[in-house]
Amino acid sequence: MYRYDEFDAAFVAARVDQFRDQVGRRLAGELTEEQFRPHRLMNGLYLQLHSYMLRIAVPYGTLNARQLRKLAEIARKYDRGYGHFTTRQNLQFNWPALKDVPDILAELASVEMHAIQTSGNCIRNVTADHYAGVAADELVDPRPFAEILRQWSSLHPEFSFLPRKFKIAVNGAPHDRAVIQAHDIGLQIVRNDAGELGFAVFVGGGLGRTPFIGHKVRDFLPQRDLLAYAEAILRVYNLEGRRDNKFKARIKILLHEKGLEGLREAIEAEFAARGGASLELPAEEVERIAAYFAPPPLAPRPATNERVERRCGKDAQFAKFFESNVVPHKVPGYAIVTVSLKPIGGVPGDASADQMDAVADLADDYSHDELRVSHEQNLILPYVALDDLTTVYDRLASVGLATPNAGLISDIIACPGLDYCALATARSIPIAQRLSERFGEGARARAIGPLKIKISGCINACGHHHVGHIGILGLERAGEETYQITLGGSGDETASIGQIIGPGFSSETVVGAVETIVETYMARRSGPAETFLDAYRRLGPTPFKDALYNRNAGADI
Amino acid sequence: MTQIVTANRLIDGIVVFQDKAGGWSEDFARAAAHEDTAAALARAGEDVAASLVVDPYAIEVELRNGHYAPKALREAIRATGPTVRRDLGKQANGLAPLNAAHAPTGNSHVSL
Repeated sequence: MYRYDEFDAAFVAARVDQFRDQVGRRLAGELTEEQFRPHRLMNGLYLQLHSYMLRIAVPYGTLNARQLRKLAEIARKYDRGYGHFTTRQNLQFNWPALKDVPDILAELASVEMHAIQTSGNCIRNVTADHYAGVAADELVDPRPFAEILRQWSSLHPEFSFLPRKFKIAVNGAPHDRAVIQAHDIGLQIVRNDAGELGFAVFVGGGLGRTPFIGHKVRDFLPQRDLLAYAEAILRVYNLEGRRDNKFKARIKILLHEKGLEGLREAIEAEFAARGGASLELPAEEVERIAAYFAPPPLAPRPATNERVERRCGKDAQFAKFFESNVVPHKVPGYAIVTVSLKPIGGVPGDASADQMDAVADLADDYSHDELRVSHEQNLILPYVALDDLTTVYDRLASVGLATPNAGLISDIIACPGLDYCALATARSIPIAQRLSERFGEGARARAIGPLKIKISGCINACGHHHVGHIGILGLERAGEETYQITLGGSGDETASIGQIIGPGFSSETVVGAVETIVETYMARRSGPAETFLDAYRRLGPTPFKDALYNRNAGADI
Repeated sequence: MTQIVTANRLIDGIVVFQDKAGGWSEDFARAAAHEDTAAALARAGEDVAASLVVDPYAIEVELRNGHYAPKALREAIRATGPTVRRDLGKQANGLAPLNAAHAPTGNSHVSL
């Protein structure tokens, strides 16, 4: 993984000193809150419902053991003993004191981490496929390009005061695991007919109150033009994006107002005017950065493992884990292991300091000192030898992290919602908890098959509900929490925005409504191989609407 | 309409409530109730200027079984702590309002 050079280290250290001075001046009364707020936001520090919240960047979701141990240490020393992994592959602490934040940032800097640009109207943490570098279906590791974009966009003077926040995601496999079409810029690595690597470029995706799937503006962007083209997009957006209304300030609205062709022409004109030459990305620089992400030397091993098969035969729980939480690695004899942060009835994305230490130890011992954070709020051990899988499983189970539900209906994304968030209009986590208790991780969940439920506690859609196969949006109506359901959303390469299925449900009835939807799917699917999303796309909303509203199955409005 | 004044303490962000003396308490039970919050908010503004608290505002409260409690769910959670972690926030220290509003959403994790 990428390691700081002396410039990076000096830059982050200087930023810590700068923020320490700003906090000191704020506490001394030399800065007002209005003056201080932009500084704290640029360092990832929000004021939330109960306290401050510090959002720490995990660039493209890649961490090493030392970094995760540091997060655990910070959780114990400065927070309340846990952290929350987010849909942006970041980590949030929910209870830091302002006076401690400079020390926290200094601790982070000691392990090459920071919270810069995790908030504010700037280019945010660049995200990527959480299986990057190890997926069997991958064309090329997207992280070197994410890292190049991170370096280019960090404190970029022209793009530090954009009309609104700006999110970039990179995916290197045909299967989109990075939800690139829901980002301001989505980059899909492709090869052209000549065999050269480049990018299909999507622009204008985004969720929030006005959801849009990104539109492709380039089928093939040569690798050397990555930064020049990104600059052209950002420059058009920076000049033409609306600043009069924050709800209409994202590039998706600019695309909507200018039209795809209008925006594409403006981007291409800006790109052509600059000629690309001043920002051409040298192949040597790509190679230099890519070397940081070189895979560890993994000697191929037998693709099947007797120890794993034997354990599967006599331990049903392990067999379930192997079925759902272990996916093929690009090197035979190894596995990518998903550490589910979705215990049945638990809080999606939360991990205690002890659990973080345990996963860090496993990364150290069995995954070449590397792990990932997924946008689905789970952790990934990317380099586990099949020989070690039973040991890894036993150690995960000993700290409550072996829930065998990755990709199943109880592997639910949920934003913090009204339990923590100052913007939320309803709670998300209790709905996720009750749904996971209802469906579990056993035979029923497995019979249902792949099904992504995503829950947001307000229209800002941090829980990605628009791209959930079943999306749930929590709202407040007349002082009560109410939940609107969308169906048919998807965040993969077939991305789509879910359709609102009808009037909302109360907190008491929403779980039953989801059950009705699932029962309808089970009854109407062509067979076990037809997933919920496929069945919905074939059937359309009518049978689900009928089941929900025509037979009094829980609708209360 | 009965209201109390709340804010976040600058130094650590913790939710505080303005008491009868115009000071700030972490304990909801010490909050001063007003029919007119103009003077209380003016006083809170002085504490903002003095860098003691940030973002003060008035919230509506109602009497339940002889005790004031926040009327809105958001404020009940803010004055109590996360409904999904009863070991955190004011509820963990006996500082939450008594008889806070809103029934749980139906499982044992949630109780205000």
